[in-house]
Amino acid sequence: MNHISIRDTDLKLDDCYQFIAAPDAGGIDIFVGTVRNKSLGKTAVKLEFEAYEKMAISEIAKIIEEARSNWDLINVFVAHRTGTVEVMGIAVIIGVSSMHRAAAFEACRFIIDNLKQTVPIWKKEFFDDGAHWVSAHP
Amino acid sequence: MVLQILAFGIAKDIFGARQINFVVPSQCTVETMKDLLEERFPALKRLATYAVAINEVYAVPAQYLQEKDEVAIIPPVSGG
Repeated sequence: MNHISIRDTDLKLDDCYQFIAAPDAGGIDIFVGTVRNKSLGKTAVKLEFEAYEKMAISEIAKIIEEARSNWDLINVFVAHRTGTVEVMGIAVIIGVSSMHRAAAFEACRFIIDNLKQTVPIWKKEFFDDGAHWVSAHP
Repeated sequence: MVLQILAFGIAKDIFGARQINFVVPSQCTVETMKDLLEERFPALKRLATYAVAINEVYAVPAQYLQEKDEVAIIPPVSGG
């Protein structure tokens, strides 16, 4: 089973765990992307995420499909925030269950790495002295 | 024809709106639309790159646009 969600409220680790846990799973891998307090040598105070939701969901589905063609996976959970996320807050959760740990580790990394490349979600970083859209300019 | 173009992230700031109506020739490719957009919004040229999505799928430059298409400007993504 796959779960994909994009929401403007807190992401809960337990929702991920409950979804991906399975009797035939021998390994569960969960990646949690969090908001850190430093970026570009400056003090970051929060991030704001914006998504092209329908397309983001379909692009995430494509990534999961590709992961499933590369590894034997049981359940996959992807949840991403929109709106404001403060320092230490959770921006994204990727969870994968598989019979064995290697597939879970590798697929989880594959999904987050590809999400960052192709899924139409944008973050604006707020510093104590200004703000910018991440990666917008060379 | 008139396209309704959605903008996200920094493209929304450049357009000054989440959606604009934009006139293009009736036979118009993605590449031509980008050239016309860059004439009206030169700040687009300063972006690292930007893609165009048609009906929620990444488009290629030679693809033709239809008036009813959902067109979106996709500046460099930065999720995660």
